[in-house]
Amino acid sequence: MKFTLSWLHDHLETSATLEEICAALNRIGLEVEGVEQRGAAVAPFLTARILSAVQHPNADRLRVCRVDAGPGFNDVQVVCGAPNAREGIAVIFAPPGTHVPGLDITIKEGKIRGEASGGMLCSLRELGLGAESDGIAELPEDTFPGQSYADFAGLDDTIIEIAITPNRGDALAVHGIARDLAAAGLGKLKPFLADTVDGTFPSPIKWADTYTEACPWVLGRTIRGVKNGPSPQWLRDKLEAVGLRSISTLVDITNLFTIDLGRPLHVFDAARIKGDTLTVCRGGKETMRALDGKDYIVTSEDCVIADGAGVQSIAGIMGGEATEVTDATTDVFVECALFDPIRIALTGRRLGINSDARYRFERGVDQAMPVTALEAATRMIMDLCGGEASDVVSAGTQPHWQRTAKLRFKRVASFGGLNVPAEDCVTILGHLGFETKTRDEHSVTVDVPSWRNDVAQPVVLDPSADLSAERCMELENVVARIEPECDLIEEILRIKGLNQVPPVPLPVRSVVPGVALTPGRTRLARARRVLTARGLMETVGFSFIAYDEAKKFGEAPETLRLLNPIAADLDQMRPTPVPNLLAAARRNAARGWPDLALFEIGAAFTPEGQTTIAAGLRAGRTPRQPGLSAAPMTFAAAKADALDVLTSLGVPVEALTVTVDAPGYYHPGRSGVLRQGPKNVLAMFGELHPSVLQEAGFDAPVVVCEVFLDRIPEPKRRKKSAPKLSPFQPVRRDFAFLVAHDVPAEAVLRAARGAERNLITGVSLFDIYEGDKLPEGQKSVGIEIIIQPNDTSLTDAQLETVSDKVVAAVAKATGAALRS
Amino acid sequence: MSDDVDTLRQECLAALADATDQRAWDAIRVSFLGKSGRLTGLLKQLGRMDAEERKVRGAQLNRLRDELTRAIDDRGREIETAALDARLAAERVDVSVPVVEMPRGGIHPVSQAVEEITAIFGAMGFTVAEGPDIETDWHNFSALNTPEHHAARTDHDTFYLPPEGDGSNRVLRTQTSGVQIRTMLGQKPPIRIIAPGRTYRADHDATHSPMFHQCEGLVIDQGITLGHLKGTLIEFLRVFFGKPDLPVRFRASYFPFTEPSMEVDIGWSRKTGEIGGGEDWLEVLGSGMVHPRVLANCGLNPEEWQGFAFGMGIERLSMLKNGIPDLRSFYESDVRWLTHYGTDPLAPALLHEGV
Repeated sequence: MKFTLSWLHDHLETSATLEEICAALNRIGLEVEGVEQRGAAVAPFLTARILSAVQHPNADRLRVCRVDAGPGFNDVQVVCGAPNAREGIAVIFAPPGTHVPGLDITIKEGKIRGEASGGMLCSLRELGLGAESDGIAELPEDTFPGQSYADFAGLDDTIIEIAITPNRGDALAVHGIARDLAAAGLGKLKPFLADTVDGTFPSPIKWADTYTEACPWVLGRTIRGVKNGPSPQWLRDKLEAVGLRSISTLVDITNLFTIDLGRPLHVFDAARIKGDTLTVCRGGKETMRALDGKDYIVTSEDCVIADGAGVQSIAGIMGGEATEVTDATTDVFVECALFDPIRIALTGRRLGINSDARYRFERGVDQAMPVTALEAATRMIMDLCGGEASDVVSAGTQPHWQRTAKLRFKRVASFGGLNVPAEDCVTILGHLGFETKTRDEHSVTVDVPSWRNDVAQPVVLDPSADLSAERCMELENVVARIEPECDLIEEILRIKGLNQVPPVPLPVRSVVPGVALTPGRTRLARARRVLTARGLMETVGFSFIAYDEAKKFGEAPETLRLLNPIAADLDQMRPTPVPNLLAAARRNAARGWPDLALFEIGAAFTPEGQTTIAAGLRAGRTPRQPGLSAAPMTFAAAKADALDVLTSLGVPVEALTVTVDAPGYYHPGRSGVLRQGPKNVLAMFGELHPSVLQEAGFDAPVVVCEVFLDRIPEPKRRKKSAPKLSPFQPVRRDFAFLVAHDVPAEAVLRAARGAERNLITGVSLFDIYEGDKLPEGQKSVGIEIIIQPNDTSLTDAQLETVSDKVVAAVAKATGAALRS
Repeated sequence: MSDDVDTLRQECLAALADATDQRAWDAIRVSFLGKSGRLTGLLKQLGRMDAEERKVRGAQLNRLRDELTRAIDDRGREIETAALDARLAAERVDVSVPVVEMPRGGIHPVSQAVEEITAIFGAMGFTVAEGPDIETDWHNFSALNTPEHHAARTDHDTFYLPPEGDGSNRVLRTQTSGVQIRTMLGQKPPIRIIAPGRTYRADHDATHSPMFHQCEGLVIDQGITLGHLKGTLIEFLRVFFGKPDLPVRFRASYFPFTEPSMEVDIGWSRKTGEIGGGEDWLEVLGSGMVHPRVLANCGLNPEEWQGFAFGMGIERLSMLKNGIPDLRSFYESDVRWLTHYGTDPLAPALLHEGV
């Protein structure tokens, strides 16, 4: 909402400065979005006179002018291309160094086709003020050269733009803003007074209203014998200052009322209305050409105004071209109505029309104003356009807008946190138009003014389906009592200034607070730290990716496909963060950073629901260093990433099994699944499938891991038993087993570990050898076991027994033989 | 001194001077002072001499033994020192060779900001609550006093998913307020929660991302006033930005789910971007007293319970705190950016270390 300072002064008697006004607007909830000195941009331009204008010797379309632009620029040569540049006319001159807002250039002294040019002669469009024109602006003949154009044109006003929250339809009017400022102590509101104009004849056009849900009340009257045409300068200036285009006196008057009082009006050319009745009704799939020149199809949900020929106006939103007033209009029919905000909003959204009228009607206009506004508009039309007015015609009735609201004074402190004396509360409410109806020591009941549609509204709950009907009814009654009070407290605090409310710390329930995170969130934070400490960079990827990508990395069901994606490649909820990481790796590689390690801990979506996956990716090669050349990534790095996360989250990783059934986007021979028990998959790891990599533009292996954080069981919070710290030295023994090529190393280790649980405390792999020294299809697996005696040191015979058990257990589990 | 003794002495000293390694030195020691060494041999002969002769010769030999023992020990130390010096010289390496760097990861600024926010609100007794990214439109809008036609809904560019089997509309949450609703439905007051998480709006330009992060908060109790709201948020902002005197301004505003509603500004300098300095104000969050309809929709009696709610953009706070200029860079995953703005995993947000 834009208005000028002088317009505000029409409604507010005040000596407050601009700064004070802006500070107050911000304080009371009318946020100042911008303050603009209207003339600032055109202040450097000067009025001037063309002393002479001759043909440019080297260019057909240019003239060389000598210009007098006052002191310092008494005789400047300017090359000008305007067809109307001629001797004697008064013009606008831009001296060198002037920024020309309409062209966004800065004027420099120079030569144009060999002729010196020391400035520019401008059109209003170039000043950012007027519309397209054929040449330079011509000022009145008697214009004195050398004045600042801003002063000359009276552009010394200040424009204030404020943001209006959706609840404050009443502040979409300069009068409403003035009321708020007056209540905030910035001056005195000048009352809006309307002279009644008695009708001298019955209106030849009457109202019918068949859609009263959308339009409860509509008024109008005919004014005949008017003369339409350009508006007087003051009206043009007023509207242009707030960014509206002046169209004609009749239209400008309706726009003036919209901004001034927040009261949209519409004018029909009475002569162009077919028949004698305008009917407010539902649309019937007709097409209507509106004032913006576009065709709209109105449905039975839309409220329209029709005459004998059809739809002539989309009610409360935009009028139609067919009944538009023109300079030829002599008889005008003025419409002033109330519309249902919700229906206006829905129609406006459906048709995609944003108009000043819609903006106000969907936020709610003054319910009592139609009669006085119509009188005032009639008066102004007759003052500016002449003519005589008919009686007022109407349909429907003034809706019952009268409501009361009760405030218990102590609630201002016990809810709003500020002690405000009862007297002050009543005064503030009074300034805002809430007249006291009854008052006692503890409370006041006020009448809600007709313009405050946001206060003490009928209560509509949308309660949880789990609540009983009885409970809902009970709660609705409570809300009906409490809400109007909250509305009034809001008004009082807003006007008092929220900065007056003293800040208070929350009551301390316990000096040292409890744990803030759920176990799940703690897991997530820990996994993040582990992966970062392992050298991976954390990333954040969008939860939606391209449908085709999603399909490659899991399920991409229709139920998880956006109905209105912002881009075609952001339409499917992702099954895992892996595709985001892969795309990120590709982007980085394209920038010249192919060697990287990334991870994301984020939401993944499946038909069963949302889960959290910690996904890591390593791409490129290991760093080159003396004695060690760069190597491509192997599954091992990804597996280590996954295991480290699991370990730090309390998973006993030695008890996990690795299976080789990772999903299809993994390399089938270089990937694995980490399971706890047969069912619970905790993580997956491995190289991505070569075909996935090829499509993504990678020619070297990329390894990833995915840890399913939600599936990790809570570590048991048992008190740990004291560790057994044996006084006896452990004994280490190496074994080399010959096993079939396809026996997993893990099977050998597991068997060895289980051979003698009381004594074997560690089993590790130190070598895998395959080669021509071994029988075909066999490999050698070298393991080291740690035998830890507990109560006594072991004899050679006892150690031998343990070794035999290991050999036997491994042989039984894997068919291995001790390598001789 | 008799000739043989002198010769022995000369020979020993000469041999020591020639010895350059441990082995030669040891051979000399043994050949003169060992069990069958030459000096030992002379000493053994003393027993066969008469008393007078033994006295003279004995004194001579003992002096020689003391001298040679000293000479051998000294030479031994010299050789040892020389050997160590030679070894140290041989073992010299180029210590300017760069070591293999442990690759360093970094925690994303969004995660870091969430941790900091959690640490601060955690200290004020808040816990972290969670909810799904895909919400019903009841949880995201209707329960929050934002019915279908509400003007505020048009401000949210909502992403829709195909409706549930039961016909209920599913949306990608535009705010984490749904978590507040779930909390009020799921637990009895008193409530003190924050809900950080991903949120989505169909908007994509320099200052909007279709996905971003929000943190909302909710306090419901008896006797909670707007004063508590102010106290809590001022405390948070001052600790978060590390400015004990940070100016904080509360401006009346409107949200459907709170009344009164307020936008919260902090002082900053438009010119330098410095938080807490200058004359300008910067909006950082929205807040208000929970609307009675929202309480009632969740089955809470607004005559008994009251409280406040607030919401803030996590990226925005992070941008302000860390001077990050571009919102889109958060989701670009550019390793150079991540390295620059990422934080050390071993320096998590701990209040006692400073956030």
